[in-house]
Amino acid sequence: MKYIDEYRDARIARALVADIARCVTRPWTLMEICGGQTHTLMRYGIDELVPSQITLVHGPGCPVCVTPLEIIDKAILIASRPEVIFVSYGDMLRVPGSHSDLFRVKAAGGDVRVTYSPMEALKIARAHPERPVVFFGIGFETTAPANAMAVWQARREGLRNFSMLVSHVLVPPAIRLLLNSPRNRVQGFIAPGHVCTVMGYREYEALAGEFCVPFVVGGFEPIDLLEAILMLVTQLENGRAEVENQYVRSVKYEGNLPAQAIMQEVYEVCDRKWRGVGLIPQSGLRLRPEFAAYDAEKVFNVEALATEEPAECISAEVLQGLKKPVDCPAFGKRCTPESPLGAPMVSAEGACAAYYQYRRHAVPA
Amino acid sequence: MCLAVPGKILEIQENSENRTARVQFGGITRPVQLDFVPEAKVGDYVVTHVGFAISLLDADEADRTFKLLEAMGMLEGEL
Amino acid sequence: MNDDPKPEFTCPTPLPARDTVLLGHGSGGKLSADLIREVFLPAFQNPVLARLDDQAIVSVNGLRLAFTTDSFVVNPLFFPGGDIGSLAVHGTVNDLAMGGAQPLFLSAAFIIEEGLPMEALRRIVDSLHRAAAAAGVEVVTGDTKVVEKGSGDGLFLNTSGLGLVPEGVRLSADQARPGDRVLLSGSIGEHGIAVLAQREGLEFESQIVSDSAPLHTLVAAMLAAAPGAIHCLRDPTRGGVSSALNEIAGQSHVGMVIDEQAVAVREEVKGACELLGLDPLYVANEGKLIAIVAPEAAEPILTAMRAHPLGQGAAIIGSVRESNPGVVAMRTVLGTTRIVDMLVGDQLPRIC
Repeated sequence: MKYIDEYRDARIARALVADIARCVTRPWTLMEICGGQTHTLMRYGIDELVPSQITLVHGPGCPVCVTPLEIIDKAILIASRPEVIFVSYGDMLRVPGSHSDLFRVKAAGGDVRVTYSPMEALKIARAHPERPVVFFGIGFETTAPANAMAVWQARREGLRNFSMLVSHVLVPPAIRLLLNSPRNRVQGFIAPGHVCTVMGYREYEALAGEFCVPFVVGGFEPIDLLEAILMLVTQLENGRAEVENQYVRSVKYEGNLPAQAIMQEVYEVCDRKWRGVGLIPQSGLRLRPEFAAYDAEKVFNVEALATEEPAECISAEVLQGLKKPVDCPAFGKRCTPESPLGAPMVSAEGACAAYYQYRRHAVPA
Repeated sequence: MCLAVPGKILEIQENSENRTARVQFGGITRPVQLDFVPEAKVGDYVVTHVGFAISLLDADEADRTFKLLEAMGMLEGEL
Repeated sequence: MNDDPKPEFTCPTPLPARDTVLLGHGSGGKLSADLIREVFLPAFQNPVLARLDDQAIVSVNGLRLAFTTDSFVVNPLFFPGGDIGSLAVHGTVNDLAMGGAQPLFLSAAFIIEEGLPMEALRRIVDSLHRAAAAAGVEVVTGDTKVVEKGSGDGLFLNTSGLGLVPEGVRLSADQARPGDRVLLSGSIGEHGIAVLAQREGLEFESQIVSDSAPLHTLVAAMLAAAPGAIHCLRDPTRGGVSSALNEIAGQSHVGMVIDEQAVAVREEVKGACELLGLDPLYVANEGKLIAIVAPEAAEPILTAMRAHPLGQGAAIIGSVRESNPGVVAMRTVLGTTRIVDMLVGDQLPRIC
């Protein structure tokens, strides 16, 4: 497949690795922000390839992992209503809420459907005008425009039985929180390529300037990540702290303006609780008041639902790159993909799941 | 996060509501909405996520930077 | 510097109670394995069942019979390359064939949902009949039940099969040995993607067709090429190649290393998998087999496979090792190694 296969070329990978090795003179700790990038790193064994002075830690870029517990509980509550058709991306079905998950709701007879596009949820709503159809709108900035289109279209058509349960999260505030933490060890970041495709990378310039930390916007194939690592290490070795773009085939400085426009029209920024991390101010998106009729929290009156914030869990430290999944005593024992204790083990993109699935540390050379 | 895949636009259908394209991904085709890439034409590659194109793939930029990578790869092979 | 004392990690998310059966328990992955281990095995304790092969081989008066049963719950009932009827024949014939048996007789039990169009039933029965005839087996007994509307996906089909195992043929999942070669008869992921495409309305440039087919003549050709050298056969159905390899590695207490580049995937399957975030290694196949064979016999068996219409794409994809028993590892295209783990439940399309 064009623009995919060639970015998995072994010879180019070796060349990039050699360049990285030639460049590195001391240890560096780097973080890739996006769960999809973590997945690629693990699946292709990139950390096996790069010199041992480079430590790769994994960031909170998994919207599934960070969706707040109370939103999951609200989703379960709404999905459990017999008249509701609850439509969700596949990623969310196994995420544990306080007492259940969407899979169990489905097993108990709830009409829970998986889709890979929010427009499919609209189609379902049109096909079943007599039943409320609720779409679980999660994701980072990458998914926000598409989810916004669904609501915008629903309003245009007057599709009164459609509503969306919104839980969008924004990347830059999470990175700011990380950088502000006294325990932060990350010296350079691979910025999320598809988030930046939508938003551009202007927001990271402020962070780079304020904290003197380099950012390289990276793609998702092994060559992309190796090239991004090379660019980061080059900056670090030369004492630079700038924002560069590796993923030039998809990312522009200003991002995608029509996508940003629809986000502006439909959403407003709000405070958001990140599961395992806590409240990050101005880090989420919610529907604007003029879309209240399409806001599932209002339609189903679940706004007031509060969940007891659980005690400290290592998820927080993994998500902030302070610990690796293998540092958790529960990892692989009490906490496995089939009985996950925390969200990073549930999501296919979660760091714990990626480590567990590919379990590369267990394989001798 | 953000599984987005590049595909080639084979055909564009416009109606009063939106612009939809038939996009080819290595042997399968899917309908993709072009609301966010109004400038895309047949033959262009778009990066798509959950049924929407989120960027028009810059083929020239991609070719230019990839040629550099390829040269690097060939050089390394000769060392 | 003040080191924080290591906190007691009691994670707040409660361990899910195992009190209901979930869809994932039927997916062929870890949940299925758990269900078998925790509920079924303890109830039916006997050494034949404990082998957990695709078929049971029992001795009756000196004759070795292979006996198997399989239920088919595919939705949609009709898909490119087949339907529930032909699938039911091929699935059971293949379970027998994986034991080296010559399949002889089938039963067919229908559980029909009230309201199923008669025309659909006729088509399925006709397809079943033709598939059985082509495979050289006879459907000699059956059963029919009708359930109320809403209780089933139109139709559930169970087929059980009986076959004869020739002298000297001893195939089982616990027979893999270090040094053995892992052979795969062709490209993967077609059945699962064909069914998914039909269900979700995916369009293909050139249509993806299920690979559903009876493998017993391919098996016969392989056994003839190198008698005694084949240690294990498995058809990678639900859970895909990954589940089959993990099961064998587990039962035989051996490790395996597979070469990613040796595993063939058609362009259309690859495209669909990239788009949906699926891994072809976990997608179901209904006309492919994995063979674990003694190393010196690998080439002659491969030749025999490639000479057969259902084995033209056959390749050696890896080998069996002593180290890391129970673990299936894969050498990636970059030359690094990763683990091919068993899935927990169903593979779901993802956006992340």
